Amino acid sequence: MTFLLTEDQEMLRETAMTFARDELPITHLRKLRNSGANGVDPETRQKLAELGFFGVIIPDEPGGEHFGLVGLGQILEAQGRTLAATPVMQTALIAASALQLGGSPAQQAEWLPKIAGGETTFALAMDESAHFNPLGVATEAERNGQGYTLNGMKRYVPDAHHADMLIVVARTFGEAGDRHGLSLFLVPADAKGVSIQALNTVDSHGAAHVTLEDVMVPEDALIGAADQGADVLEPVLDRAAIGQAAEMLGSAQAAFEMTLEYLQNRKQFGQLIGSFQGLQHRAAKMFTELEMTRSCVAAALSAVDEGKDNVAELASIAKARASELVHLVSNECVQMHGGIGMTDEADPGLYMKRARVQEAMYGSASWHRDRYARLSGY
Amino acid sequence: MAYDESVDLEQFRAETREWLEKNCPPSMRTPMKDDEVVWGGKRETFKNPDSKVWLERMAEKGWTAPQWPKKYGGGGLSPAQARVLQQEMSRIKARQPLFSFGLWMFGPALLEFGNEEQKMRFIPDIVHGRTRWCQGYSEPGAGSDLADLQTRCEDKGDHYLINGQKVWTSYADKADWIFCLVRTDTSVKHEGISFILFDMESEGVEARPIKLISGESPFCETFFNDVKVPKDQLVGEVNGGWQIAKRLLQFERSSISAGGFGGTGGSGILGPEDYAKQHIGTDSDGRLLDGDLRGRITDHKMYAKAFSLTVQRQAEQAKAGQAVSHTASILKYGAAKMNQDRHELLIEALGTEGLGWQGEGFDPAAKKVTRQWLRSKGNSIEGGTSEINLNVISKRVLGLKDHK
Repeated sequence: MTFLLTEDQEMLRETAMTFARDELPITHLRKLRNSGANGVDPETRQKLAELGFFGVIIPDEPGGEHFGLVGLGQILEAQGRTLAATPVMQTALIAASALQLGGSPAQQAEWLPKIAGGETTFALAMDESAHFNPLGVATEAERNGQGYTLNGMKRYVPDAHHADMLIVVARTFGEAGDRHGLSLFLVPADAKGVSIQALNTVDSHGAAHVTLEDVMVPEDALIGAADQGADVLEPVLDRAAIGQAAEMLGSAQAAFEMTLEYLQNRKQFGQLIGSFQGLQHRAAKMFTELEMTRSCVAAALSAVDEGKDNVAELASIAKARASELVHLVSNECVQMHGGIGMTDEADPGLYMKRARVQEAMYGSASWHRDRYARLSGY
Repeated sequence: MAYDESVDLEQFRAETREWLEKNCPPSMRTPMKDDEVVWGGKRETFKNPDSKVWLERMAEKGWTAPQWPKKYGGGGLSPAQARVLQQEMSRIKARQPLFSFGLWMFGPALLEFGNEEQKMRFIPDIVHGRTRWCQGYSEPGAGSDLADLQTRCEDKGDHYLINGQKVWTSYADKADWIFCLVRTDTSVKHEGISFILFDMESEGVEARPIKLISGESPFCETFFNDVKVPKDQLVGEVNGGWQIAKRLLQFERSSISAGGFGGTGGSGILGPEDYAKQHIGTDSDGRLLDGDLRGRITDHKMYAKAFSLTVQRQAEQAKAGQAVSHTASILKYGAAKMNQDRHELLIEALGTEGLGWQGEGFDPAAKKVTRQWLRSKGNSIEGGTSEINLNVISKRVLGLKDHK
């Protein structure tokens, strides 16, 4: 495990930070929101493709060099700073990982270059209730002559309102709650029987409910082995949790810096409010939490790239701690800004709204604490 | 002789392994017992005779202070060699031969600020555990505001004369010598402090143990009444002691964060989850029956992991030459919180089994936890309170201004 970036990763981080600052500042999210774009942003997608950000974990040649999840984590952290709405998490991380871990050589050959080039975007359609619950999937995939027929309803699927392809988690065996019997399917978003209901979400990134009604897919739409989908899905979700933690780290860092700047400029009672010990100690505690979470995120990202056997534990630590961090910092950001923090014109509210979405994705802090305890044998 | 790392590190490992195998007595490869910790000094009794042999052999090689210069009795090892020694000692589960404020705090400061004569005089005795040092810092009126200390040190021409009182002096009743902060100028605050050394057997020195809530007495009140100190025992410049004091506090905070915390290396192998399983029980899936406690234990374990990852990250960054300034305060704050949370959870998981004080009827290990729980309350007070740590972070790291 290493906490240091390679020279290449350092350059990628620099590029990502500059890009987020100059091209995707928080005013960009405001503009998208105010124009009713609901997080749909083809221009940004094009720029991300030109920068190569979709192919960060995809080598040019099979087995070749790439930036790894550590590299992708730098991009997500940078995007977290400005609350950018992009397809990077769903496409460059989740879909690429699912295909790398479970895809056939033919599927990899077809889709990985299209992901890397930004030609095709994806969305993982998994949850069916209001809470993260991978094993709770009930959507049916029934075998028919040439493939499978899918029926079910997916809730709050990030990016499903603009993705080209869906990765649908469905059940080929057993019932909701069983680990055995899950399968993953590649489904074009415009396939017959797929209906997408776009959602306006609190963070202005948008999402969609997805209904599958007698959707027919061929045999080769299956990623990995039938019934064994959890073997692919679980490591993919661990990576997603780690990537989400990296994004949250960026958001928390930016909200913290904004708060600190306010403490150093706002005056009351003839004093800078940052000179009041009641606020100083809270700021210092946030800083301590930030530093400790940064270590967890870095360790988890690097554990994936090194193929360590404790990725699940580190993913849970990173996601739980980053969720608590962004929760704390976004609340304090609003509180320490006082009345201005309650206005739509100021940014603290945007961080708080996005934070609650980040916290809920890929397992809340409680979900990950529960899993960590289970993995630790109590 | 110059040491060529690239060639010789593996050879050093082999030699070290062989030497340790031959020289570390078998009983020194068992977990440390509380009453067998060796603090050295004139009054050391070596309850286990093997610990005396072990200390002498290690000190002979300078390996009680592996990286200190050889000319003062240290091991003269490079950082890489010192790591190898540490790894090889862990491999055979060898005990630390010597616990010592001299090694952890005073020695490093003296090597930096002392003159040649002082280093030659005091450092070898630290390495060999012949002198036990105590720290004269806090006073009844100068705790968190340490620089407000009032113990007077007057220049009497051929000697200094010291009058005043220290408090929270760790093991002053067992120490041979004291390194002490004294006031040599009353007209200024920080710039009127000097750093001085003297023998605890000097006339006019008295140490009285303070009994704590844990029942133990690791600290003393220490009184100085017309104590005469030779002039060559002042370290650095007259009125220049505050710099040395601060540097020494950094050594103290890092040794506390590294796990020094008034114990002999953790409070046993069992964690709160083990006691909770034992005293509360689990369901058919092996989950703790108390779901709320289960969540809080996990929160703590994640905090502890985040803490150790942060220690690793900062060590790696420091090694790569990246800036890791002011991390001592963050780690000291985090270590105190972590250790206190752990002990609260241990006590909670033990239930009434954790509420025994002495005598029969309680598991001895649980009674030890009870005492350590009380001991842990000092973690956020000693070596700079957690509130002072937060002040340091807000002012020096975050750049927040002082209140006018």
